[in-house]
Amino acid sequence: MDNVSVATQPHTHEEHHHVSLPQHRHHFETEEQQREAGTFGMWLFLLTEIMFFGGLFFAYLLYRNWYHDAFVAASNQLSIPLGAANTAVLISSGFFMALGVWAAEVRKKGLLVLFLVITTVLGFIFLGVKYVEYHEKWEKHHIPGAHFDISEFVNPQAYGLKEQPLAPDMAAKTQIFFSLYFAMTGMHALHMIIGIGLLVWLTWRSYRGEFSAGYVAPIEYFGLYWHFVDIVWIFLFPLLYLINRHPGQ
Amino acid sequence: MSQYHDPANVTNPEHAEHHIISPATYIAVFVTLLIFTGITVGAAYIDLGILNPIVALAIACFKAVIVILFFMHVKYQSRLVKLTVAAGFFTFLILITMTLTDYMSRAWGLW
Repeated sequence: MDNVSVATQPHTHEEHHHVSLPQHRHHFETEEQQREAGTFGMWLFLLTEIMFFGGLFFAYLLYRNWYHDAFVAASNQLSIPLGAANTAVLISSGFFMALGVWAAEVRKKGLLVLFLVITTVLGFIFLGVKYVEYHEKWEKHHIPGAHFDISEFVNPQAYGLKEQPLAPDMAAKTQIFFSLYFAMTGMHALHMIIGIGLLVWLTWRSYRGEFSAGYVAPIEYFGLYWHFVDIVWIFLFPLLYLINRHPGQ
Repeated sequence: MSQYHDPANVTNPEHAEHHIISPATYIAVFVTLLIFTGITVGAAYIDLGILNPIVALAIACFKAVIVILFFMHVKYQSRLVKLTVAAGFFTFLILITMTLTDYMSRAWGLW
């Protein structure tokens, strides 16, 4: 701890005229510099995340163009009401996370804990809805692999669907859509599970009053991560659920 | 900042104050995000032809930008952070463009 070193070697720190808060590391000249360095570092991490999800988004773009008919039919299997509701849940979660950063900055401990708890609960609701959606795919054998069932895409009329029937080879390509669907939403869900774990830890530390005395950096940087996960979903929702609808047909 | 030893003006070159965004701003952004979620769902049910994916992606980009600017505080950050964020998305666009260029030119006429 730097305050220990200050206590034992007071004269080596003479160039630091300001009074250091406990969270202020001695190798930063000012609090602003420390804050900017932290924000910069967090964004560099998020840039690697952009590249990580970016690869998946590019795969989606390419295969959607190659196997467009299969992507249309498979995308129409997803539930817009569930997807839209989940989007609202996730946006609300991000909103309360943003309020949590504000509560930490104005040093309101009770509000900070409350907002973090609401953020966590909304995260769990999102994952619960995702479980319902995954379970439906499991029951319909729409999980890629040996038990994948193309019958709904080859003969949609028999299932009461208004889709164009697909030739069996194109219908098999719906597996690519579902592979990407599970990879993208699964990776997104994994980020949320990690985020919820961090939220529980941060809520505990907030409850102990660590972030309501001027030290907001962990809350702020976690907020950046949580909002990034929101942004990924903001793109996943239209790409997976919406843009293949053809209302005129 | 004059009380700090900072002859090269490096610690806070823009003298950026730490800006606390008010809950009112967050509420405005939140409501905007919900409204545009509704619009994007509604637009999916209207047949716009080739414009359907374009509208959906434009709305998604708008939502992402206001999340980045306000929820992620980038509007109030230093130029270094703004440049970092912009560079990240710009690099991503370059990678997409160059990879697509390759795929499209190998199947000329089929796209």
